[in-house]
Amino acid sequence: MSKRTFRRGLHLPEQKTPTAGKPVERLIAPEKLFVPLSQHFGKPAKPLVKKGEAVLLGQILGEADSAFSSAVHAPASGRVLGVDLHPFPSGTPVMTVTIENDGRDDKVPEPERPAFPFSLSPEDIIRRIRRAGVVGLGGAAFPTAVKLSPPKGKSIDTLILNGCECEPVQTGDYRLMLEFPADIVKGAELLRIAAGARRIVVGVEDNKADALEALRAEAGGIPAAFELLQTKYPQGAEKMLISALLERAVPRGGLPFDVGVVVQNVATAKAVWDAVGENKPLYERVLTCAGPGINDPKNLLVRVGTPIRSVIDRCGGLNDGAALLTFGGPMMGISQAILDVPVIKSTTGVLAFRRDPPGREYSCIRCARCVEHCPMGLVPTGLAKLARFDRYEEAEKRGIMDCLECGCCQYICPARIPLVQWIRLGKNRVVAGRSGKSAA
Amino acid sequence: MSDTPFIVKSSPHWRDPDTVPRIMGRVILALIPAIAASIYFFRFRAVWLYAACVIAGLSTEAAVLLLRKKPLDSLLDGSAVITGILLAMCLPPALPLSMAVIGAVVSIGLGKQVFGGLGHNIFNPALVGRAFLSTAFPAAMTTWVPPAILTVDTATYATPLGVLKFHDAVAQGTLVPLKSLFWGTVGGSLGGTSALALLIGGVYLLAKRTIDWRIPTGIVLSTASFVGVFWVAAPDRYASPLFHLLSGGLLLGALFMATDMVTSPVTRAATWIYAAGIGLISAVIRLFGGFPEGIMYAILFMNTFVPLLNILTRPRIFGDRRGRA
Repeated sequence: MSKRTFRRGLHLPEQKTPTAGKPVERLIAPEKLFVPLSQHFGKPAKPLVKKGEAVLLGQILGEADSAFSSAVHAPASGRVLGVDLHPFPSGTPVMTVTIENDGRDDKVPEPERPAFPFSLSPEDIIRRIRRAGVVGLGGAAFPTAVKLSPPKGKSIDTLILNGCECEPVQTGDYRLMLEFPADIVKGAELLRIAAGARRIVVGVEDNKADALEALRAEAGGIPAAFELLQTKYPQGAEKMLISALLERAVPRGGLPFDVGVVVQNVATAKAVWDAVGENKPLYERVLTCAGPGINDPKNLLVRVGTPIRSVIDRCGGLNDGAALLTFGGPMMGISQAILDVPVIKSTTGVLAFRRDPPGREYSCIRCARCVEHCPMGLVPTGLAKLARFDRYEEAEKRGIMDCLECGCCQYICPARIPLVQWIRLGKNRVVAGRSGKSAA
Repeated sequence: MSDTPFIVKSSPHWRDPDTVPRIMGRVILALIPAIAASIYFFRFRAVWLYAACVIAGLSTEAAVLLLRKKPLDSLLDGSAVITGILLAMCLPPALPLSMAVIGAVVSIGLGKQVFGGLGHNIFNPALVGRAFLSTAFPAAMTTWVPPAILTVDTATYATPLGVLKFHDAVAQGTLVPLKSLFWGTVGGSLGGTSALALLIGGVYLLAKRTIDWRIPTGIVLSTASFVGVFWVAAPDRYASPLFHLLSGGLLLGALFMATDMVTSPVTRAATWIYAAGIGLISAVIRLFGGFPEGIMYAILFMNTFVPLLNILTRPRIFGDRRGRA
């Protein structure tokens, strides 16, 4: 029987072997940590600390400024050196709390732990998740509490636990599933209760079958189904995963809510258990530091705010060929210019790649590979052309806003056309046009 | 730690190693068996025709690029070489070289560069050149010679399809045997006579997924079923589907010309319609038209519909609910 998957997409070289077998190691927090107040999708957190103030590990540094925001906590004990602009992975500096680490990890006094976490009300679970600053750890950093509260009139029947980790090279989620399966399953159960879902469906790709079995072994008494999926990129994208597991299609412009689903990543589930079951706010995460530019690749548990220089140093440093640093995998990762940027909640990996062999761009020869592989059913070469010639209205009609920016089209393009770059430009222009119209 | 400044760029950061020149390189490689067969069968005529078409094609490409003030490096992408080889392959082996040169100039100049070069042309460039020559030099374009290994009367020599069409071969029992068509020991256009040599190259391209299997499959199925109906109804008047598939330029067209990425559709549904149309039109011309062979016009005709077919068969965007309850 062939395993489930979504339509189209790509089989990529996995290149996960350098770190797949390496247990997660803890990276000691460096002397200085740079904790951005805006590590999530939504409004930046409102700072609650001032320069010179002493902070404890896990102490709140910034509180959620609205429903669509998230709290930020101290990843070490020490002293606040300042609250000011600091380099950030997106390229634009953001307000950042700089902490001088005293190395003692003195913890903030803990509120009482719930004796029976699974008996908590959905509202109480969501409140605790929110208080702990949990956001989606798969890369999007969407505040988890918001994701669990569907708008009026929508209800959730299924919580999907996303263990796909479909980006090549990265193995952080895989190691978490192998090493902390019980925490992940308990976190998923809390998420299910909070979302009001009937059941959990766990999706893991078949290159990580042992991880799925590890989770299954911990799932006694929990209404969960386990599905091994064909390994294919971008299966971890919400719409693709819902389609693969449930054969439901999220409507265009819609959200998983619209088909009664909420998707949560395995690392987020563990963070939820830590937050609710163990009262530990989100101030550290597991990431993969690997790629051909890294001398000694590893999976590391890293405090938020750690400059990537420390992460890379711990992994034997960069080798001479390293020319490209990314936050996240080779398909959707964001390239980094400097080593001062801090690890944030959404940093799934710090990867270093070599320079591409030189090669020029050719004309589109209409080979149709981009059409064949686009998981969203778009015609990427056509959209790129429309964006190139400023025909944004037509591009919008042809679905440019549906693009996930997964990169399949550009990866496969034999003419080496920067399709995703053109489509991004087009999307920005469409959005700019919309706001212009509404302002008028 | 290295001090190199890091590259800042838009994702994705990986690329498939396949490129346009590699694709073109595989097509050229796949043409080598047919080139070798044609040199074996037609000796130096073949060598000169290939040389004339390729050199004239490349020179035209270079001249037009200079006129358009475009960089000359696209000469190296291999596409003009392929056009030259394919044009030579669909010419009569005895065609004067001057005519072949004119054909190559038209192929590249009017078939390709006029539209903006590689990727922008509507029609298969080699076939544009051949269509031009058929109209400009109808006599020379229908004068055939037998392969060098045969000793026959060259003055009245006809191709297998010519014998079928104009000499009532089925009724007379003079139909060229399938074995000759398979090996290529027959008259015909330079590179189209040996079914075996073409199939070797075609299988390679299919295995490498360089060409879309739907195109040759669709052409073969639609040709075979159309001529098959007549053959079943009146086997004493019509040749078998297998004869039609192995004769003339059908395999050359189905494997190497209709499969040109630039001039074939991008969606699967459109590809099937395109292929079925080519097979059907070519069969209709063969059975009822004024020419013994119709694959060239069939491909050119269906090329015109490709943009429309692409629009009509656009894939449905994921999650699009229109047209659904």
